[in-house]
Amino acid sequence: MTTAFQAEARPESLLINMGPSHPAMHGTIRILLELDGEKILNADAEVGYLHRGFEKTCENRTWWNLLIYTDRLNYVSPLINNLGYALAVEKLCRLDVPERARWIRVLMSELSRISDHLTCLAAMAMETGAFTAFLYNMKAREYLWDVIEQTTGARMTTSYIRIGGVRADLHSDYEAAVRKGIEETRKVMKDVRGLLDKNPIFLGRTRDVAVMDKADAVSYGWTGPALRSTGIAYDVRKAHPYSNYDRLSFDIPTGDRGDNFDRYLVRMAEMEQSLRIIEQCLEPLRRARLEPAASSVRLLEPVEAIKAGRTSPPAAPVRLSPNLEGAERRVLPEIQTADPRYALPAKEAAYGTIEGLIGHFQYFMKGHGLRPPAGEAYAAVEGGNGELGFYLVSDGSDRPYRLHLRAPCLHVVSALTGLIKGRLLADIIPTFGSMNMIGGELDR
Amino acid sequence: MEEKDILIALREAFPGVVLETEMSFEIPVIRIRASALPAVAAFLKAEPRAFTMLLDATCVDFPDRPERFEMVYHLFSLAGNTRIRIKAGLPAELPEIGSLASLWKNANWLEREIFDMFGVRFSGHPDLRRLLMYDGFEGHPLRKDYPLRKRQPLFVKREAL
Repeated sequence: MTTAFQAEARPESLLINMGPSHPAMHGTIRILLELDGEKILNADAEVGYLHRGFEKTCENRTWWNLLIYTDRLNYVSPLINNLGYALAVEKLCRLDVPERARWIRVLMSELSRISDHLTCLAAMAMETGAFTAFLYNMKAREYLWDVIEQTTGARMTTSYIRIGGVRADLHSDYEAAVRKGIEETRKVMKDVRGLLDKNPIFLGRTRDVAVMDKADAVSYGWTGPALRSTGIAYDVRKAHPYSNYDRLSFDIPTGDRGDNFDRYLVRMAEMEQSLRIIEQCLEPLRRARLEPAASSVRLLEPVEAIKAGRTSPPAAPVRLSPNLEGAERRVLPEIQTADPRYALPAKEAAYGTIEGLIGHFQYFMKGHGLRPPAGEAYAAVEGGNGELGFYLVSDGSDRPYRLHLRAPCLHVVSALTGLIKGRLLADIIPTFGSMNMIGGELDR
Repeated sequence: MEEKDILIALREAFPGVVLETEMSFEIPVIRIRASALPAVAAFLKAEPRAFTMLLDATCVDFPDRPERFEMVYHLFSLAGNTRIRIKAGLPAELPEIGSLASLWKNANWLEREIFDMFGVRFSGHPDLRRLLMYDGFEGHPLRKDYPLRKRQPLFVKREAL
């Protein structure tokens, strides 16, 4: 079968496929190229190789269940996706989130943003030959992911930010880990800047390559670092503040040329701002130590508590699984909404009292549980790539009628072919790298 | 421009086109006649409304309604920092609406995705083909009557040479 692309090509041109399996095609994307020597005469991008039917699946999962699928959208910054979804549902439910949970959300978002930018720049640098920068960035990311892992229990598929709050309180040692992460990231950023900023090879492949002007960037719906590199200071965190972003001081770095190098610079500058935000989060998150659980009392095993709970509430506290660390009843009011329609009851109650057990079952039973009122809502957060928006339609049942994700990198990647036409084959690599295409988010 | 003024201007410029308006969590929602969509969009994009960005476009399938497909467009004004939502209903038989590809460049891919997922056609689209699914895929997966677990062969059999 001859495609339109093939039919339009000149007979003497060379047609090649770049991808879908190509080391520089992050995830999977296929770029069809019509070449004259090394010059690109025409190009067409084919996406969808990572399409999992995210939106269709979500329509068939409960509001609670589908959270795990949001981890797999932009898998480098899953916490921001969790947050975007949670905010959209909270908007629909008119739900308020406790103060501490809001600060934790900001902290986690910024850690994710830095790791997202680090990964993007690492790949971009590596593909242009700077392997050292790749390794340095990955090293810094490890320190940040240590913080995330310590608290959420996972590196990538976190499912940590939940509707109505967060799953668990921060790990007791998190502050030391964050400080270590900040310090190491600053070091790495200094080193990487030293390696790349004046590097003639890197400059040659990025400076004034794939220049995007302001009007086109807006017309393509660009947001995030890609839009800001053209000089437009639009950032969802400033324009439509959510969580506690309106109470933090940070700048929006912008570029002026809109080329690959500016996209690199903007991401570097944004990481610095994110570190600033993280430092500001530490103070409000500090608090007087919570009363430690009394160690002299023998804790009841869950099975004992259930047995005792048949007649009266058990006398001693229940021993919880280590998986539930940070989600004990005494910390829940600070990290989760108290509204029983939307919040999961405390595990101690589920083990110890019949009311708690009923509450727990009801939360997970088909047709019960979390049911936002009928209506529609659009909520957006600033993701690693730009405005990550969730458009939800609820019919009042326990699963969404329609869930649509505004994937920022779809808009960015849709401009790819326009940027590389007329340029050289080698320019695709840094251009595509600077777009930070994430297959999970683009193809859904 | 205030939302109120935008609505007044819109009603003046297109009498009978605005069917319904409401506020949905601080975003004004305007339901219009589908035939007027490209003109209304161009009107909103122009100064002084200046909704210069097509934030998102999608579709919702309501099989029980006479206007089965509801097109949902989100526009954003950088100058005014406001979002606006435009909706237009399309019939179940041969759903078709004017393309916005000449107004916004990202409409090209967004409309291809909607065509792919819902089978809505866009008149005036320069290159209307599937975006996420492959050639040879049958049906439109986000329609409510497309079964969740339906399987289709991934590769189209090649004819013998």
